[in-house]
Amino acid sequence: MSDWVEQPLSWGNVLIYAVLSVVFLLLILGYVTYAILFERKVLGWMQFRHGPNRLGPWGLFQTVADVLKLLVKEDTIPHKADRALFILAPALCYAPSFAALAIIPYTRELYFADLNVAVVYYAALSSISTIAIVLGGWASNNKYSLLGGMRSAAQMISYEVPLILSIVGTVMMTGSMSLRQIAEAQGNWFWEWNFLPQIIGFGVFIVAAVSELNRSPFDLPEAESELVAGYHTEYSGFRFAFFMLAEYVYMFAIAGLASVLFLGGWHPPAPFLGFIPGIVWMLLKMAFVIFFMFWLRATMPRVRIDQLMGFAWKVLVPLAILNVFVTAVCLELFIKG
Amino acid sequence: MIRTEELLLNVGPQHPSTHGVLRIVVKLDGEVITEATPVIGYLHRGTEKLAESLNYTQIIPYTDRMDYVSAMTNNYVLVHAVEKMMGIEVPERAEFLRLIVMELQRVASHLVWWGTYLLDLGALSPFLFAFKEREMIIDLFNELCGARLTYNYMRVGGVKWDAPPGWIDKVRDFIPHMEKQLKEYERLVSGNEIFLARVRGIGKYDAETAIAYGLSGANLRCTGVKWDLRKNEPYSLYDRFEFDVPVGTNGDCYDRYMIRFEEMRQSLRILKQAVEQFPSSGETMGKVPRAIRPPAGETYVRIESPRGEIGCHIVSKGKAEPYRLKFRRPSFMNLQILPKLLVGETMTNLIAILGGVDIVLGEVDC
Repeated sequence: MSDWVEQPLSWGNVLIYAVLSVVFLLLILGYVTYAILFERKVLGWMQFRHGPNRLGPWGLFQTVADVLKLLVKEDTIPHKADRALFILAPALCYAPSFAALAIIPYTRELYFADLNVAVVYYAALSSISTIAIVLGGWASNNKYSLLGGMRSAAQMISYEVPLILSIVGTVMMTGSMSLRQIAEAQGNWFWEWNFLPQIIGFGVFIVAAVSELNRSPFDLPEAESELVAGYHTEYSGFRFAFFMLAEYVYMFAIAGLASVLFLGGWHPPAPFLGFIPGIVWMLLKMAFVIFFMFWLRATMPRVRIDQLMGFAWKVLVPLAILNVFVTAVCLELFIKG
Repeated sequence: MIRTEELLLNVGPQHPSTHGVLRIVVKLDGEVITEATPVIGYLHRGTEKLAESLNYTQIIPYTDRMDYVSAMTNNYVLVHAVEKMMGIEVPERAEFLRLIVMELQRVASHLVWWGTYLLDLGALSPFLFAFKEREMIIDLFNELCGARLTYNYMRVGGVKWDAPPGWIDKVRDFIPHMEKQLKEYERLVSGNEIFLARVRGIGKYDAETAIAYGLSGANLRCTGVKWDLRKNEPYSLYDRFEFDVPVGTNGDCYDRYMIRFEEMRQSLRILKQAVEQFPSSGETMGKVPRAIRPPAGETYVRIESPRGEIGCHIVSKGKAEPYRLKFRRPSFMNLQILPKLLVGETMTNLIAILGGVDIVLGEVDC
């Protein structure tokens, strides 16, 4: 991969890139299908249930069937909805989520784009999805959707600030914003990974990320017990599927970011485990982060919107800034000095 | 200045968190409620009017369907009223059976409340945990009277079925299991910071307001008023057992939560004593005339249901059917304070407060 990326752009390269993107898209669809199954299984086990187990061995085809059902379902558009925006919103929500995946390096060689502003690129793209959610909520012409969309806007704007600030410490330690270099700078022992020196940053990152993803306990935009289904109340069929898809793809992206930024990327936790390929470690770490989010969902009640905003501005942002400050002082005193 | 408009939002009757078919018309300024009007009656079946053309035994199944989460206490209030009018002695074994099922029902009912309340607050798992334990109680009831929800178990003068062999032992085994589970529930939820932030100081009122609105049950006790009919006006065999009446101090959703939680423990305490003292043999039906015709006159009895004070007022003209039958339904009474509590709160708190009041729509609409 890295060979292609470094080559000058030519028609041949563009073709290879297009084909690879399609392959990757299919892989991501497969991931989403099984991430949903995994979530339902994990939730089931934590709640003394079996989870889906009827279709196929161990319920393996359940989500495939669910996706198929969504695809063939009637596409309803409310009579008084803003038709154009209503149709645009799901696509606008999904496209950036897929584009954001380009920056994640899976191993030293396997990556799509090695940007020197990778972190900022991710934040910029995920904001576009927020706009799509607000659009979808507003265009539905449903009061619950509107409330959900508005909440989503407030929440995502608030939580992007601590999300980015929490990464700054890591960036300072490496001296680069390229995810590939950040991962490379971490060592082969697990205590050489960034999550230990950047423990505050890591904590803030995880909390802000869960919120950014609209997942429990921060799932306010679609809080089903208050807002029925929030911004996607009026959506059905494949348009609804696109919102779901975007949510799970962002989860993938955040898991990738967390692994690369704080958990050592493709590095094994100990050098003697180096015989296992880096991609396995990377995927294991991502799976762990994703599992952690499911785990949260099984145990936590939902926070209130005003508490959520207060938490972002009064706790997370100061903590993240403090982390930046402490990192800067330590770097100056112990590393460079 | 930005011109803002009030948003009129219909919460319900089809809404995941109105616990049935309650509709609340709320006026929202942003997410803040400026006015809230509960609209009820979507589940009205005219139980009280229907009862006027039924004899007393026929009315019992209708009471099952009032507060369908706690059918046993509803059964009891009706038969208790008729027994009081006719002066019928209930055999001890029957009275013990009634008390055991009523306390089991209280635990089951609070479990449903606990699970759904946390579901309202956004926690998924407690709902499934609670229903697992509730299922065990329902299995016990199923064995006793062949029904899982609408039991139709009590009769004027006793109970319909005696406990099958070994049933009391099953109840005895259930008590320690439930105590252990309650400890786990407490560890999972009661100390959770998010949960505390959601319920502490929410939906507050003082004792005076509570009494003025005619609240009862945990909704009254959360303000510090120690009023439990099992203690204050002992009926059935409650004066024979030791138990505490938990009260709160702040009158907020958290106190209501803790009281209901503690009540489950106290019910288990009563059950433990009742199972020990359970008479090994005896009749389950007292001497009841073939046709139940209470003498002309009227009577009112009230007991402590899981939701509060449930009362039954019978006006009899000496016939087999009541001339007038009136139930004082605690859910309906407790719901009255809702418009007052909701003003100035957010949509999110609406759910927390409504859930904290603990209503069952079957009982509200009757």
